[in-house]
Amino acid sequence: MTSPNETNEPSRRAVLKAGVAGLGATMVPFGAFEALGAEPAQAAGPVTAPPAAASRGGIGAALKRVEGPLKVRGAATYAFEWPVEKPAYLYPLLSTIASGRVTSVDTRAALAEPGVLGVLTHLNAPRLAWADEPEVALLQSDRVAYHGQIVGAVIADGIETARYAAGLVKLEYAAEPVDVDLRTDRDDLRKPQHAQGFGQLPGDLMNGAPADTSAGDFAAGLASAVHRVDATYTTPVQHHNPMEPHAAVATWTDDEITLYCGSQGVSTPQELLTRAFGLEAGRLRLISPYVGGAFGSKDFSALWGTLALMGARLVPGRPVKLSFTRQQMFTLVGHRPAAIQRVRLGADARGRLVAISHDAVQETAKAKQYAEQTVQASRSMYAAPNRRTSTRIALLDVPIPTIMRGPGEATGMFALESAMDELAEKMGLDPIELRLLNEPQTHPETGQPFSSRHLKQCFEEGARRFGWKNRARKPRTRRKDGWLIGTGVAAATYPSPRLPGSTAFARVDRDGRYTVRIAAADIGTGTWTTLAQIAAEALGVPQNRVTLQIGDSSYPRASSGGFSSGMNSWGTTVYEAARALHAAVDEHGGKVPPEGIEVTVGMPDDPRLRQYEFGSYGAQFAEVRVHEDTGEIRVPRLLGVFDVGRVINPVTARSQLLGGMTWGLSMTLHEETALDHRYGHFVNNDFGGYHIAANADVGSIEVHFLDVRDPHINPMGSKGAGEIGIIGTAAAIANGAYNATGVRVRDLPLTLDKFL
Amino acid sequence: MEQKITLRVDGKERTLTVDTRTTLLDALRERLGVTSAKKGCDHGQCGACTVMLDGRRVTSCLVLAVAGDGAEVVTAAGLADGDDLHPVQKSFVAEDAFQCGYCTPGQIVSAVAMLREAKEGWPSVVSDDLDADRVVLDRAEIAERMSGNLCRCAAYVNIVTAIEKVTRP
Repeated sequence: MTSPNETNEPSRRAVLKAGVAGLGATMVPFGAFEALGAEPAQAAGPVTAPPAAASRGGIGAALKRVEGPLKVRGAATYAFEWPVEKPAYLYPLLSTIASGRVTSVDTRAALAEPGVLGVLTHLNAPRLAWADEPEVALLQSDRVAYHGQIVGAVIADGIETARYAAGLVKLEYAAEPVDVDLRTDRDDLRKPQHAQGFGQLPGDLMNGAPADTSAGDFAAGLASAVHRVDATYTTPVQHHNPMEPHAAVATWTDDEITLYCGSQGVSTPQELLTRAFGLEAGRLRLISPYVGGAFGSKDFSALWGTLALMGARLVPGRPVKLSFTRQQMFTLVGHRPAAIQRVRLGADARGRLVAISHDAVQETAKAKQYAEQTVQASRSMYAAPNRRTSTRIALLDVPIPTIMRGPGEATGMFALESAMDELAEKMGLDPIELRLLNEPQTHPETGQPFSSRHLKQCFEEGARRFGWKNRARKPRTRRKDGWLIGTGVAAATYPSPRLPGSTAFARVDRDGRYTVRIAAADIGTGTWTTLAQIAAEALGVPQNRVTLQIGDSSYPRASSGGFSSGMNSWGTTVYEAARALHAAVDEHGGKVPPEGIEVTVGMPDDPRLRQYEFGSYGAQFAEVRVHEDTGEIRVPRLLGVFDVGRVINPVTARSQLLGGMTWGLSMTLHEETALDHRYGHFVNNDFGGYHIAANADVGSIEVHFLDVRDPHINPMGSKGAGEIGIIGTAAAIANGAYNATGVRVRDLPLTLDKFL
Repeated sequence: MEQKITLRVDGKERTLTVDTRTTLLDALRERLGVTSAKKGCDHGQCGACTVMLDGRRVTSCLVLAVAGDGAEVVTAAGLADGDDLHPVQKSFVAEDAFQCGYCTPGQIVSAVAMLREAKEGWPSVVSDDLDADRVVLDRAEIAERMSGNLCRCAAYVNIVTAIEKVTRP
């Protein structure tokens, strides 16, 4: 059994087309099954200490997903599927007003229904020991802060009975006026504060960045410009809609408190729930090895965890199963907030930017302040001496927004990259040329160097592969069979942060088997495979000798998965633990004692993290067709070239980028949640009304990597790949639609009415 | 109200008593422990619960269990012979035609049934000739015929490739 890396270390400089060609005749290694916790198939020889470089199945190997054979049979266990004895089913009750109080509760008819075991409301729900976090503090008062808030739950022997009886609970409300209007002329817009870490840490925006920045004199710079763009872009509320609904199974006895809970990370929610329920540390165990998609919406799993645990307290001796319905997911697990963005650009006669401003107004919830870094990319993307950014929020009676794939930049780069296209059009410049003219040498605001930034190569490689030079420069000049055809381009960037607080355990047995444990998550991203590859490389052993264990709060603590931070945080920690184990084996003269050797290593600090700007980059190209008579818009071709540092696994990385680009297509053409301004509820709250891209909406999508190691970010040299695929796609498509039709659409989604 | 029914699930005969409101999907998952079929929307809009019912693909969340009394049900678990995967399953693994894996069993059952439909000459909305005896499954035909199965990880491009490779060994 061989893997491609054994004889062929991937080129660090060459562009690697990761795909079928890269896979060759590789077989799924049987170590795959061992990584799932099964018994090792066979023992390896005595452990020596080979050098760490270029091991089989290490970093860069095109391994297939180790859990693939389980997933294609439907045998991977998702939260709701864990077998428990004689479960009870919990069905949540949601508020039907957007603001006010619950004034009366009548549960008699529900409790009289055969099979009903109990009804939870704010009147009888357990008082939490810690109720400062709005998304954990369920049922602690009679207040209603948004339409579709949890105001109760019915627990019964069967799903059907619980759901039926939920309709028998009578709740009366004192409703207050509803305010859900996002407008830039509101007089109560405010600067966000303390939104970092979902309100857990100081810092204006969710990622800790300031709400506003400025450098130079923007007004004077704009006044001096020869060419100007001043445009406003809007993006609607969008919903994550992972295929697996948010679910939890709670068992609460004197001996154990176990929560199977679909979650983007297990440590943080375990800690929040331990605090909320006033438990001893370590008493509650949260397990989540497989997650059916998340995209940001399962970062706050403490919410459905709380409800399931409350249910389990209400019916002692019975495990309680909870799954939100697709409709309930629209108000309970977050959304991408609507935003209105104004971008102003000023350029000199040659096309050098002299002024950039980006001002965002976003919606957030009165229940909890969430504010994302929509304007962040405009702080780092292009050089200009005079610049400013600002973020203002409107506190509304809406469900709580949260991170959703590419939070901040997904919408922010739609605005900035559309504006850049408008400027290029005004000046008669090639849009790629305009961007390359304004490529900064260092971060334009902080002056810090970029650890690596290969945007120019992304554009050059993309232009060549896409055939950019053949495009029609003048809009509305290409048509075929009634379709207007255009091409568009946009840049992409997303930071590659390292989140604090991860620790990994590594062990080697006498028989040469390695075990690596960390409470990391695989939400479809490939963690089961890629962390084992990183460990294998650092240990200098084949990947199939490493058993990886993740997704359980009893393992060493890990940060949650999000912001393209997973590999940079967990991967670095696993790498360090593996190197420490390697060194420990060396200290034993290369011999493993009968009891084995174990190490537990925390993520190391690295001063370089404060000396460089870290981020992934990309160039997105789109071919767009708009029907001349109907306005129907199709995207037959997308092509992206990405600088994500060294690629850990080209198979799983390509799938992430492919998924991200398809998300970009979907947010551009389809996705919009409508808010009823009278009652404050989301109107189109299922897949019938909220369309996500289906198979036939997607044409050709090509993904290419520059496989270039970042010299500073981490021992692997890898940057984030989870978000970058969705960044810039919307602008590339909108710019392509303009090139096809001559119609500039600045409001997502690009529906057919906007072209007629 | 309850009723006794018998289902043949992945080759095994199973007899159980169900609430008449119970869907085939919930009967499989909650009563029989067959969790290969997934619940994504419970409204027939996502395809995650797709199974073959007497040889045809259906969304099992839209079938009442009592209406399936006596029927043959095949899930993705039943397509594999233990660890020996069905060719479509092998192709999904080889082409990385999934990420989170939640829609995958439904995609695979749908693909297997779709290939049979095409073999029997069923046209689709993108077929040029509705009366043709032979359906040529190009990428557009596969994408169209697989559009009842949503994938939010958006592995569509790889799903089409995985199915295409099975049709052209």
